[in-house]
Amino acid sequence: MSLVDLFMVVPNPFLSALIWIVLLVIVMYTARIPAHKAILSLSRVIYKALRLAATAVRSAEARLAARNKEVLLAAGREATERIIEREFDRIDDTVRSDLSGYPALHRKLSEEITSLEQDHTKSMDVPPSPPGWIEAVEAVAKIKASGDNMVGNILGDIHKSLVKAHEDAMEEYREATKERHTLLKNMMPPWRRVKQALGSVDKNVNSILIRSKTIDRHMDEYEEIIKGSDRAVAKLSSSSLVQFFVSAFVLAVAVGGAAINFSLIARPMAEMVGGTSFIGNFRVADVAALVIIMVEVSMGLFLMESLRITRLFPVIGSLKDQLRVRMIWITFTILLILASIEAGLAYMRELLLHDELATSALLRGETEVVENQFLWITTAAQMGMGFILPFALVFVAIPLETFVHSMRTVLGLILEGILRGVAFLIRLVGNLFRYFGQFLLYTYDLLIFAPLWIERQIGHRSGKDGHGTVRRRGDLGEAKS
Amino acid sequence: MRKLSICMCLQSALLFSACSGSDSGPRNSGVYMLMDTSGTYTNELDKAQQIISYTLSRLAPADTFAVARIDTGSFSEKDIVAKVTFDDRPSTTNQQKRQFRDQIQQFVAGVEPAPYTDITGGLLQAIEYLNERDPGRKTILIFSDLKEDLEAGYVRDIPLELNGYDVVALNVTKLRTDNVDPREYLGRLEEWQNRVESGGGSWRVINDLDRLEAILAN
Repeated sequence: MSLVDLFMVVPNPFLSALIWIVLLVIVMYTARIPAHKAILSLSRVIYKALRLAATAVRSAEARLAARNKEVLLAAGREATERIIEREFDRIDDTVRSDLSGYPALHRKLSEEITSLEQDHTKSMDVPPSPPGWIEAVEAVAKIKASGDNMVGNILGDIHKSLVKAHEDAMEEYREATKERHTLLKNMMPPWRRVKQALGSVDKNVNSILIRSKTIDRHMDEYEEIIKGSDRAVAKLSSSSLVQFFVSAFVLAVAVGGAAINFSLIARPMAEMVGGTSFIGNFRVADVAALVIIMVEVSMGLFLMESLRITRLFPVIGSLKDQLRVRMIWITFTILLILASIEAGLAYMRELLLHDELATSALLRGETEVVENQFLWITTAAQMGMGFILPFALVFVAIPLETFVHSMRTVLGLILEGILRGVAFLIRLVGNLFRYFGQFLLYTYDLLIFAPLWIERQIGHRSGKDGHGTVRRRGDLGEAKS
Repeated sequence: MRKLSICMCLQSALLFSACSGSDSGPRNSGVYMLMDTSGTYTNELDKAQQIISYTLSRLAPADTFAVARIDTGSFSEKDIVAKVTFDDRPSTTNQQKRQFRDQIQQFVAGVEPAPYTDITGGLLQAIEYLNERDPGRKTILIFSDLKEDLEAGYVRDIPLELNGYDVVALNVTKLRTDNVDPREYLGRLEEWQNRVESGGGSWRVINDLDRLEAILAN
């Protein structure tokens, strides 16, 4: 018995289809309430499961955001601490170098001031005034002789004595004034020295004041970071992104430098390790050249760590100063040796190129090889680059550290964004299922609209709601959920 | 500190030893060139020198190159004029190339024409030589008019084992009889192609010496 036979209830296919449709509608109408419940519960299960998943993702996002904030604040705190520490170091240096001589300066100033006071006191001494009896003698000298020669002579002598005494007094006065002027003139250099010393003190104090203002500013930032304020987080986040892109750019430049370095030493390296061995698809000579460059970069990292310029390896930074200084010298020596080797290899490269050119020319049948008189310039340039590039690569440690630190923040932000997007998508899909369930309910009712219409008509007449009440309740319950 | 320095030195040493110790199979080339020295073909040896120089300029460190003459009985090591396996250091390779060129020049200057032409014997010798060296890529260059002329008693009806070989015929000149009946020339080429290809090798003919770059092409 085939499906067609089962379908053909009556010989007429149209009538058979009609019978089936009527039967189906009756069955669907009868099973309407359980079917509605099944559809609703299915859509609710999916919706709630997805909502739960979305909540979990949002929660993970929130945790990640909190962690990112923590990382950002910790990095910011550390950076600000370093800056403040450095500012204090600078102040310490200023105090040590400039103000350590303050007692000597003070003594010098005191001496100068004492000397000035003494000079000033001396310059205040007025010249001696003519003796008081002169006025008496002058009065006597004005007395008329009235013909008496003896009196005339006495008066003449008195006048002469008076004139002489006056001249002596004037001379003494001039001498005293001259001495005062000399003393005042001699006071000029001590005054200048005092002025200079005070100017120097003023400059140093001002420098400390400026630094203290800088420290105040950094301390304000530090306090903001400690509080974990949104302003501090926004500032650090923006700063971190800028640092990430800038350090990425500098690293790209460094990679370019390393590539040039590689091309300088790869060819002559074949003379040392052979040009025919391979590791996988890579020539051993190329790998060896790359290893040398990597060793140089590593030495650069260690050197920067030992100098405490970068802090990628806390172990090195926390070494005793004596060991650290030794490490600085060891890494620097290794770098110097490697740079010298590279310069030698660069020279060797030039020789090999010459040799190859000469051999090729010979094989082509050329008897004379044209000598380039300016060849030494390229040779010297290659050697110079071979020597300098390893030292230049040392500074890769600084952008590398910044890149690594800022990458944590950037990756955190990216992951946060992804989680937010995933949460949104899950919620969207959950809501789609929810409304799709309602859509299925309406479609179900649409298929059995005829019995529902009949039911409604009967309900109107009898004043009862019947199934319609259940549907609305169901809808209401759905809406509430 | 001392421990750290020792660790660093050890790491570097391990890396270098790993680099120098490993090898991933032969990637070098082996070229064996047969030079026909029979009859009037000796006049063409200047061109052979040109080809040898070009081949030398294309070969790299660790490659193998040998030049042998084709004469009455070519299946002999004595017919190898010059042979070399280049050092893996580029500077030494350049010196070897110069010495090789000098050897060829000396040979060409004093070569005597051979009465017979044993190309098959030369090919067998080339196969034996290159199989012994076992380079990554094997090429046999035949600088000849491909007209084999064996002395009585020499047996050369031997199948050639040329699997993995690239055989290149160079400067295949037309003989006077070829001009009368070109089918002879074409038949000669076809016969050699069949022999090489049935032996598992690939066959090419390069008569235009302006495109020598095709000699060692893949």
